[in-house]
Amino acid sequence: MNKIQIETAINGEVVEFLCEPQQSLLEVLRETLGRTGTKEGCATGDCGACSVLMDGRLVCACLVLAAETGGHAITTIEGIATDAGLHPIQQKFLEHAALQCGICTPGLIVATKALLEKHPEPDETTIRYWLAGNLCRCTGYDKIIRAVQDAARELAHPA
Amino acid sequence: MGGFSYAAPGSVDEVVTLLGEHARAGRRAQVLAGGTDLLVQMRGVDRTPRTIVDIKGVAETGTLRLDGAEIFIGAAIPSAVLNDHAELAALFPGLLESADLIGSTQIQGRASLGGNLCNASPAGDTIPALIATGARTVIAGPAGRRELPVEDFVVGVGRNALAAGEFLVGLKLARPAPGTADAYLRFTPRTEMDIAVAGCGVSVTLDTNGVCTAARIGIGAVAPRALLVPAAGQALVGTRIDDAALAAAGAACSAAASPITDKRGTADYRRTIIAVLCRRAAATARDRARGAGA
Amino acid sequence: MSEAIDYKVIGTSPIRPDGVDKVTGRAQYGADLNLPNQIYGKVLRSPHAHARILGIDTSRARAMPGVFAVITGADFPESERGAIGGEGGGDVSDLAKNIMARDKVLYHGHAVAAVAASSQSVAEAALAAIEVRYEVLPPVLDLLSAMQPDAPLLDPNCFTKNLPEKPERPSNIAAVMKLGRGNVDEGFAQADVIVEGEYRIPMAHQGYIEPHACVASANEQGQTTVWCCTQGHFEFRAMTAKVLRMNIADLKFIASEIGGGFGGKTVVYLEPLAVLLSRKARRPVKMMMTREEVFRATGPTSGAICRIRLGARRDGTFTAASAWLAYEAGAYAGAPMGPGAMTVFAPYVLEHFQVEAFDVLVNKPKVAAYRAPGAPQSMYAMECAIDELSIRLGIDPIDLRLKNAAEAGTQAPYGPKFPPIGLKACLEAARVHPNYTRPVPAGAGRGVAVGFWFNVGMQSSAEVHINENGTVTLVEGSPDIGGSRASMCMMAAETLGVPYEQIRALIGDTESTGFSNVTGGSRTTFATGMAVVRACEDIIAQCKARAAATWGVDADQVLWEDGRAIPAPGVNAELKPLSLAEIAGNAARTGGPLLGRASLNAQGAGAGFSVNFADLAVDRETGKVDVLAFTAIQDAGKAIHRAYVEGQIQGGAAQGLGWALNEEYIYDEQGVMQNAGFLDYRIPVASDLPMIDTQIIEVPNPSHPFGVRGVGETPIVAPLAAAANAVARATGVRIHDLPLAPPRVLAALEAAGG
Repeated sequence: MNKIQIETAINGEVVEFLCEPQQSLLEVLRETLGRTGTKEGCATGDCGACSVLMDGRLVCACLVLAAETGGHAITTIEGIATDAGLHPIQQKFLEHAALQCGICTPGLIVATKALLEKHPEPDETTIRYWLAGNLCRCTGYDKIIRAVQDAARELAHPA
Repeated sequence: MGGFSYAAPGSVDEVVTLLGEHARAGRRAQVLAGGTDLLVQMRGVDRTPRTIVDIKGVAETGTLRLDGAEIFIGAAIPSAVLNDHAELAALFPGLLESADLIGSTQIQGRASLGGNLCNASPAGDTIPALIATGARTVIAGPAGRRELPVEDFVVGVGRNALAAGEFLVGLKLARPAPGTADAYLRFTPRTEMDIAVAGCGVSVTLDTNGVCTAARIGIGAVAPRALLVPAAGQALVGTRIDDAALAAAGAACSAAASPITDKRGTADYRRTIIAVLCRRAAATARDRARGAGA
Repeated sequence: MSEAIDYKVIGTSPIRPDGVDKVTGRAQYGADLNLPNQIYGKVLRSPHAHARILGIDTSRARAMPGVFAVITGADFPESERGAIGGEGGGDVSDLAKNIMARDKVLYHGHAVAAVAASSQSVAEAALAAIEVRYEVLPPVLDLLSAMQPDAPLLDPNCFTKNLPEKPERPSNIAAVMKLGRGNVDEGFAQADVIVEGEYRIPMAHQGYIEPHACVASANEQGQTTVWCCTQGHFEFRAMTAKVLRMNIADLKFIASEIGGGFGGKTVVYLEPLAVLLSRKARRPVKMMMTREEVFRATGPTSGAICRIRLGARRDGTFTAASAWLAYEAGAYAGAPMGPGAMTVFAPYVLEHFQVEAFDVLVNKPKVAAYRAPGAPQSMYAMECAIDELSIRLGIDPIDLRLKNAAEAGTQAPYGPKFPPIGLKACLEAARVHPNYTRPVPAGAGRGVAVGFWFNVGMQSSAEVHINENGTVTLVEGSPDIGGSRASMCMMAAETLGVPYEQIRALIGDTESTGFSNVTGGSRTTFATGMAVVRACEDIIAQCKARAAATWGVDADQVLWEDGRAIPAPGVNAELKPLSLAEIAGNAARTGGPLLGRASLNAQGAGAGFSVNFADLAVDRETGKVDVLAFTAIQDAGKAIHRAYVEGQIQGGAAQGLGWALNEEYIYDEQGVMQNAGFLDYRIPVASDLPMIDTQIIEVPNPSHPFGVRGVGETPIVAPLAAAANAVARATGVRIHDLPLAPPRVLAALEAAGG
């Protein structure tokens, strides 16, 4: 097997791993590195469950080769909460019952973080289009949108 | 088994050399930009081993230049970067509309104009929009560089004009003349996350009286490859792009289309709505051009 | 049961106890477990929709380095026939053949072999090295063609069941069902208006975001542990034991967190394969389906053709109705034609009706349960017919339904008389709802429809442990798909009188708690909730006895109030109340640890009714339909966790709208599904939907301690017809077939003269 050695930063931690050239970042995160918070729903970029940030930009981990990540910074769901506790987006998802089964939740939270960094006070349409790549089959999106709106309010105007 | 390898050359010459070596040795090599098509294909319809040549380390493929008479867009720039670029959006709102329709926010974080073009899907959103703007491809290869209009770059379903050892470095677009604006519209059953059932890019130039002096119309997903429809553009030239002109342009698009029936729509349906899309996109481009110094 | 009861916890919306782990990525779902020494299993699937297997050569795959085990149908024991049990229904031997084909493949994607190898890429290469020789047979894909006597047969031993006499010739019609009352000819003769139509509803998938996944670890004695995402680990254990002819005692199933099911994770696909592979490889084997495999090879719900005839008097009173319902079973018998037949007329008073239903084999994946299985199809047709009647008679669609609505005492079409039900209350609420009384937006239409599901009870177990500081651990056996841990903790908090935050719920594995049926049938909050309440009552009785012993009084002189034992009025007033914490802290001296338990087969699941109305706009040039507003009103009996009840209603609405507007299995002539991915199997995305307004009606279910009715399934039923009726009213054109995809809508508009 023609494995490649990669050094990258995951949630601020320098991580080294070996991967096959065709392996995705998602597969390496989950099966090699044990970072299973990033979920696989389709592996074809259609569901957003594997959303991560690469150098701050929102991407699907299933559509990034692990081999490409050398020298880049990856943020996964495991890197959203801080020493101070849950991120306000995580807290609002809980308060608004914005998750039912929860499988899409890590991807949605990562995508929301990217949204609010770019559009701190998004309107409902902006939220819905930004999150259109994150499929949720349980909630009908209503409570997710409300959680994002509330998180935006809290982040823009901390109590 | 295995047989995949990954290379990330740092210059145009290195890419060309690597591709050339593979071609001579009869080994498969494929260029990787954003990977949003390539990785899906590798996991599905096309699993054969190959060398993946990542061109994102080549500075020119990530370069965006707006200073001269010609705008240059590197082949590997993610569409999200383009979408955030206010000056580019002011120059080519239609092209950016098309880039903003490639998949989700996540996909746009990776997908590039160059990749969308090289993938050569009949339904690639940016291709009709690029055709409308009159964009030219910049190709590097063993024999040096050459340029091709976008409408000649895509030659069939999934096939492009790149010869062995060549790759797409970027796109050149002429700075729009005063009174020029573009627009892109596509039709999908959902609001997002869909492949175009039909798509239409329109660029028009109006004189100070609001009369159309030039128009280019590209259509997608209604033929084996995206097409320039000269007759549709001609239908607008010399008019104020009124309803009659719009109808004529739409009819020309329907006439130029040779669609198929598949899971995304019937041939009849595509032929019908390409006219609707053309009318609507041309009206938008006209309204923009009126605001753009016409 | 009184509505005036002042609950402290019930009816609020606290944060779920498993929430933090689910927003931080800690929660472990089906594919999230990795064991030491683990290898990967993958499945080889049929490239044909219908073929005989002539031979399978696995020798090259077996010889590959890194390949530890290869299995085919020949590795399975001869299976017995008999009912599987549980929600899905069907036969054990069919289940066995469905998860691994034996002599025939019956759909594109049918499993024919499986391998276990050191890595996923080695496993894939091994699959490619397996050679299967097929004799390709003509596929049977169309429902009506499949029912013809001369159709190619999927199973030459299939003789239609439930006919008066066993038929002489085999057929693709696996079973028929008839239901009726009165005399329909007489009823239709009384009608001033009769509407009739044929409606087609496509095969659709549950579309849970988490693909099926499991890890199995078998030891040399055959003792085996399986981790998997499942709606019911006890039933998965039973199915795996039956398919592999194993002793249930040798199988331990641990339910992971589950990323959606909607009925689709009530039957096994991978688990028995992983067990066999692990046994052969003597290593833990992890198996994960791809999204494509989920679409091609797990159970969607039936496509159906429903013919409805409905007669009414000029004043709107229904006089008679008949239904002819054909459901696709897929490759093996077991379409939900029974519930389809029983629900089609359930919301209405009908003196005369008849229903004929068919369970039809076709070369598509074997269907599985999907949220109110069978009801969305048949009730879509009926609710469209009622809308047509409403237009013909000029009667408001809600008034027309109110005039004919079933209520307590109405004899349901499927037999019993309804106890108190909330249909009329939902309709009355809809009639005055501000979203209904406001004008319809220009260019849009407003569609109304009613939904119904029986809901079920079935078996549940629960234990309540009081920890030494008075905090509470609940152990139950119902996998939590939508927040049920929270509702269990709430019911326990209300019953025990302790704060919600002091209670934790655990989903026990098959060796650590009592049997429970699947999380399905909208039964969990009802039945498992009832078990939790009974287990808490058991604890209260024990606590009262401990307090009585401490105080030296009789147990009947102790009351339980606000989480404390207090002396009954008139007993020694000097006695200080004893809190749960005090009783627990003293447990060693009063008889040992406090453990309450209950198990039951819950009866009296209250029927669930809903009314939906929706405003939809149609682009007349492209046929595109937009949902502008959607309101769902539903009787929950009693909402335990309000936000999660709303969530069930909103999620069901989104699924129903997806099915109505875009979702369908698209096949080519060879029987290959053309849209086996989320790109072209178009479930609604966030930008496709508006906010979904909900109103919870509470007509208490007398059979549940808090009045609960199941709420999970009813919400998917009404949106199909609500959407279609809105489009019909927006355009003046009635389209009978779903989905209302743009090409179909535009063609219908053009056919009607633009």
